[in-house]
Amino acid sequence: MTSPLVCMKHISIEFPGVKALDQVNFTLKKGTVHALIGANGAGKSTLMKVLSGAHSHYEGSIQINGQAASIQTPKDAASYGVQTVHQEVDTALVPYLSVGENMMMHQIEKKTFVDWKELHRKAAQRLKELDIDISTKRLVSDLTLAEKQMVLIAKAVSIKCSILILDEPTAPLSHTETNKLFSMIDRLKQNGTGIVFISHRMPEIFTICDELTVMRNGTDVAAHLVQNTDPQQIIEEMLGAPLEEQFPPRTPLKDAPIALEVKQLNDQHKLRNIHLHVKKGEILGIAGLVGAGKTELCKALFGASEKTTGTVQLHGQTVHIASPHQAVRAGMALVPEERRKEGILTEESVGWNLTAASLRSFSSVFSFLHRSKEKREADEIVKRLGVKTPSLEAKVKHLSGGNQQKIAIGKWLLAEADVYLFDEPTKGVDVGAKKDIFTLIAELAARGKSVIYASSELSEIAGIADRVYVLYDGSIAREMTAPTTEEELLYHSTGGQS
Amino acid sequence: MSEQQIPAPVQQTKKQRPSFQLFDFFYRYGTILTIVVLIVVFAAANPAFLQSGNIINILRSISIVTIIAVGLTISLAVNGFDLSVGSVATLSNAIVISMFVWFSQNPLIAILSALAAALIVGLLNALMIVKMKIPDMLMTLAMMFIIQGLAQTYTKGATISENMVLPDGTFSTGTIPAFFSKIGQVPYIILLMAVIVLFAHVFMTYTKHGRFMYIIGGNKEAARLSGIHVNKYKIAAYLLSALFAAIGGIVLASRVMTAEINAGTPYLMDGVAAAFIGFSVMGAGKPNAFGTFIGAVLIGILQNGLVMMSVPYYAMDILKGSVLALALALTYYKQRG
Repeated sequence: MTSPLVCMKHISIEFPGVKALDQVNFTLKKGTVHALIGANGAGKSTLMKVLSGAHSHYEGSIQINGQAASIQTPKDAASYGVQTVHQEVDTALVPYLSVGENMMMHQIEKKTFVDWKELHRKAAQRLKELDIDISTKRLVSDLTLAEKQMVLIAKAVSIKCSILILDEPTAPLSHTETNKLFSMIDRLKQNGTGIVFISHRMPEIFTICDELTVMRNGTDVAAHLVQNTDPQQIIEEMLGAPLEEQFPPRTPLKDAPIALEVKQLNDQHKLRNIHLHVKKGEILGIAGLVGAGKTELCKALFGASEKTTGTVQLHGQTVHIASPHQAVRAGMALVPEERRKEGILTEESVGWNLTAASLRSFSSVFSFLHRSKEKREADEIVKRLGVKTPSLEAKVKHLSGGNQQKIAIGKWLLAEADVYLFDEPTKGVDVGAKKDIFTLIAELAARGKSVIYASSELSEIAGIADRVYVLYDGSIAREMTAPTTEEELLYHSTGGQS
Repeated sequence: MSEQQIPAPVQQTKKQRPSFQLFDFFYRYGTILTIVVLIVVFAAANPAFLQSGNIINILRSISIVTIIAVGLTISLAVNGFDLSVGSVATLSNAIVISMFVWFSQNPLIAILSALAAALIVGLLNALMIVKMKIPDMLMTLAMMFIIQGLAQTYTKGATISENMVLPDGTFSTGTIPAFFSKIGQVPYIILLMAVIVLFAHVFMTYTKHGRFMYIIGGNKEAARLSGIHVNKYKIAAYLLSALFAAIGGIVLASRVMTAEINAGTPYLMDGVAAAFIGFSVMGAGKPNAFGTFIGAVLIGILQNGLVMMSVPYYAMDILKGSVLALALALTYYKQRG
């Protein structure tokens, strides 16, 4: 028997405070597609980053074609033929250069004079080999997301590629585009390339993959031949032991009035025909995997995305929300996913951050600010949320992720909204702060506020929500009432039909 | 899987070494300290430097720069950058003088038309930036050229002054009223500067609107998602910027009583220098009106003292540029740390 293409043994890696990988083994055979599957934070991407040379401080051994390989930098990885196509295709291509230039970048780098005819001819040939119908003269900025991804794959395999890592390649793709990608994968497979396929979507894994490895909490839990297993088993292995109780108890709702009702919500990119409502005092979960459209939904509800259509009713009144300004006036609040980019002002003080959304209530004649009142109420929020900060004047960038998130939430507590939208509120937040956030959200609901909680951490949705909409590929796949289980949610989030 | 749950590192504020605190001290008070040192040095070199007449002279010399720089500061606060302030000053200078000399208008109409023209420019700047999403600096750079050319076209490339020769060969008959010439004289010019600095400082620091502008400057997207009318405030900032530039141009007109080609242009660079030196004053770390004033004072003292020490005027820009570079080094080194 020939030695496998890649054999990673006892790979461990630690980041400050987190053991991201613990003694992981992973084997990839020549000419196969190997699925790597696991919940968010299980360590799939980290493992593949080790293989592609992004992390150098790992322990353990890597063998490629039976030979010990030392991979410390991306350059090392490339010399062993490891190529990665990341999910964020836009960051890997230069938008204002042509397809051909992007594909042949590695050759242009080495030359002083470039033979453009030759370059485009070669690039066109590569594309033809993979049966991709894109002109090499087109600008990358004119391509669709799917086309960009194909160009990236073509670029990756045109260099020297025996091991291709595809990190969630299908997340942004439509059904037909996905099929196109799959036929391309088939072709590569026949050429003997080993492909690692990271995905959350169960049906795809069972369509395209030969083998799979399940990861959980930084370890590999199981490896199967795809034909010998079924989705049920995989999901059980992904989840492992049930989570400890970190969610506050929820009392079932009586007949509360509907606070927010949305009909026929569409946007130009992702959302299709969303109908949803949330009652007063209810925690509504929006479950869905990365790329399912949760962030788009939150932004659309908050008036922060352009060109949305649909009707929105707040407390039975039809409202027109075309900007976040109007949303805030109407009594809505959004804690966005991209905390540092959208939620907080990193360069400003804790105090300024906390009152940013409610400054109106601190201003009097000629818009002069009540600075003492502002300080008093900000102080109160800091105490109430247990934000660990040296003072109100400390800059928010110096706080930890959990404390920053508390501030991103705290500013809306001062603003006294009726409907709170939370988009992945526990992302990058440690366990202790997570529990505080759950408690806080339950308190909001208990005070009669409506909460929309969007997350791809399905265990959290199962733990905290009274009712759940499962989002799959931009539309609501299913509505479920508590109690739900993570397993059910995962089943529907991965496109399972019942 | 796109997220990795690695907790963000907590930076410890306790572990401050003495050298760091020393840097912090210089960051906060460096500008003021420099001013004190300069005063001592210049006074030692030439006792006339400290005479009240000279102090007033310095304040007078910086007032136009300060007024224009305050407007620029407001545009910087929303993370914009109004490069057109110099041209707007030129334009308002030309309009005011021409209203008197060519059209024999009264001061009210002359001043109002100059301000109105400036506000139109400010609005155009703001709309192109907000609606067309042109980067601030590029849009205002384009506007700088347009307005510069417009002012020159308006004056037909000539200097406007009383009794100038008109294209038809006759002399202009309009006069600049004595009242108008007062604006550019001590003490009014200094008082006007003081009022404007005070107004801008109070507006930016103690009102809701000023706070919103700083928040927008800090993180536009976060500001938008906090329900702040980002576009409205950006437009307001550019209107204020143009307004103060126009006031600067009017004061300039009153001082020199003529409208020369590109008279306002030099004030852009001095204004930029003053505003950026002002970032660090008292540790504000952001554009602020008081700091801008201190920045202008620093430049003014340097210029005045060096003239007294017989440094030729043509070498002055070397020093101004160096001081600006030093101030920027302080600001950006601080941001990095």
